[in-house]
Amino acid sequence: MKNKRNTSKRGNTKNEKEKNPKSKEYLFDKPRNVKILFRSFYSALLVLLAIEFFIHKHPHFAWEEWPEFYAIYGFVACVVLVLVSKYILRPLVKRREDYYD
Amino acid sequence: MINPVPPAAIFIIAALLVPLFKGRWKSAYMLLIPVVGFINLISIPEGTHWVVRFLDYDLVLGRMDRLSIIFGYIFHIISFIAILYALHVKDDVQNVAGLIYAGSALGVVFSGDLFSFFVFWEMLTISSIFLIWARRTRAAMGAGFRYLLVHAAGGLCLLAGIVLYVNQTGSIEFGYIGLSGLSSYLIFFGFGVNCAWPFLHPWLSDAYPEATITGTIFLSAFTTKCAVYALARAFPGTEALIWIGAAMAGFPIFFAVIENDLRRVLAYSLINQVGFMVVGIGIGTHLAINGAVAHAFNDILFKALLFMSMGAVMYRTGKINGTALGGLYRTMPLTCLFCIVGAASISAFPLFSGFVSKSMVMSAAGDGHMRVVWFILLFASAGVFHHAGIKIPFFAFFSHDSGMRPKEAPLHMLLAMGIAAFLCIFIGSFPGPLYSMLPYPVDYVPYTIPHIVGQTQLLFFSALAFTLLMLAGIYPGEQRCVNLDADWFYRKGSRLFYLIMDKGLNSLNKVSDRIFVGGLAGFFGYISKRGPEILTLGALTPLWGITGAKGKELKDKIETTRTALHTHTSPIGISAALATVFLVVIFLLR
Repeated sequence: MKNKRNTSKRGNTKNEKEKNPKSKEYLFDKPRNVKILFRSFYSALLVLLAIEFFIHKHPHFAWEEWPEFYAIYGFVACVVLVLVSKYILRPLVKRREDYYD
Repeated sequence: MINPVPPAAIFIIAALLVPLFKGRWKSAYMLLIPVVGFINLISIPEGTHWVVRFLDYDLVLGRMDRLSIIFGYIFHIISFIAILYALHVKDDVQNVAGLIYAGSALGVVFSGDLFSFFVFWEMLTISSIFLIWARRTRAAMGAGFRYLLVHAAGGLCLLAGIVLYVNQTGSIEFGYIGLSGLSSYLIFFGFGVNCAWPFLHPWLSDAYPEATITGTIFLSAFTTKCAVYALARAFPGTEALIWIGAAMAGFPIFFAVIENDLRRVLAYSLINQVGFMVVGIGIGTHLAINGAVAHAFNDILFKALLFMSMGAVMYRTGKINGTALGGLYRTMPLTCLFCIVGAASISAFPLFSGFVSKSMVMSAAGDGHMRVVWFILLFASAGVFHHAGIKIPFFAFFSHDSGMRPKEAPLHMLLAMGIAAFLCIFIGSFPGPLYSMLPYPVDYVPYTIPHIVGQTQLLFFSALAFTLLMLAGIYPGEQRCVNLDADWFYRKGSRLFYLIMDKGLNSLNKVSDRIFVGGLAGFFGYISKRGPEILTLGALTPLWGITGAKGKELKDKIETTRTALHTHTSPIGISAALATVFLVVIFLLR
């Protein structure tokens, strides 16, 4: 689950705190907590990359035996997904909100 | 012990009595319905029950086998959760519609014949539409009508297929059909509409986000899963389904990435998850069918959980667009936690329910050496984590601070989400009970070290991609906009249709008007008015000419005759001559 929260770094409310010093401080309002989250996420990634070499695989396909196949595929798939959605699909299908009215 | 009754009957009859109850009694009564239904269900032994003779056919209202019973279980569980979640709703239209909808779904899965199956199938559409209309906004009304039209078309297609099929086989039993001949294709297509196949899907992404907060929980559970059941019953092992399912798993994730309405993101991911089930049914091996059914079971729970958490956000803030939300973890921590459990389950994290069912379909594809399908499914697995697993919780609960500090969701909503979240984790951690209910004996071990490591790597590095794209500012920001989808064809296409009808039919009208009303009618009027005069004068004028009438005399004669004919005071001779001519004409025409 860590990785899901890690992205909340950008959710920091420094600006808000400056505007309204009385507002309560929450978990990810503290930069230190976000830093911890990021560090643990990156170390988890490293552990996952390393652990691969200690396990015995019994795959369906040959490429599943390639080192770090799943890690690379997951990364590349998501980058491709985002780029295609943003630069190809969105220009094609985006319309004003009242398009159908 | 009271004799069991058909599971659908309990919900449908009980639904009609809901308006009689008030306040706490109504809450208690409604919660009791799925409980009584469940006790009734487990007291029915496997086999065929409630066979009713109708005309020359046997209607079967209770075909209890391993495929139908597991759907019966999950439909009861999700009904309880959805009713609990909707306890604050005072609107009886929604309460009654939701219960009848659940009852119809039970009717669909336990029908052993095509006739009662079709009746319940149509009841699904009719009852569910009120859950959309009950939102009472213009957008909901419009989406509801489009939903109705698409399902009516699909239903007619199914009916045509069933009529042809019964005509060919002489039996109305609902069992394996397989693709052969027109009737089976029509039935296949009719199922496909409810299953939200590509290009037939926009009713789902259009209507579900427009439904009421609580209605969407019911909607997400029943219609598509009934279609999955029907396909698993009638078309297991149909190769076309593998490709249809792969397309379903693949394309919606692109739309989900750029969509702003978070419930619409979930609607797209619903199509994506049903894609996995359809692939499983298409592969058709025992492992694949088990995987499809198990995934349907799990998807109902985690999709409802995600819709419930977004519903709670919407209930408290009145907003659902990613652009308007953010930072809500501060004051809605439990809703946030439940949302993350749902997100982890749909993304198939180890120890969460998606992990133990999605991988069965993937393994079945691997066993069949289907490389392309396997790659698409793996892409879809990474993609679903991206849009449902990260995007939904991140944009609603973290991301930028929207400044809103809403209260935590009401207790009954938290309880409903809590039950669903518990089941997601329980099934993910102890898949045994779920596996023991599946249609075929299960010889599959989800928790092997390579599987755990591979899947975790896939997900974590997808998350890394999201993080880096987000930090680099490349991730497409949420924007207030409409994204076109296949519903463009009937939303804008309907205008083209209207235009064609307008120009085509109306100009046909104009031409007809000119010819028949303006032209022919005038012509006939003229003929019937002037006919006798033309005939008489045509015959008499040459005669008068021969007898020597000229100039003014001739003119006078013509004028006198014309006046006589107009005033119907013509001399007897002329009338008699005309009558004779008329009779001769009639005689000749005879």
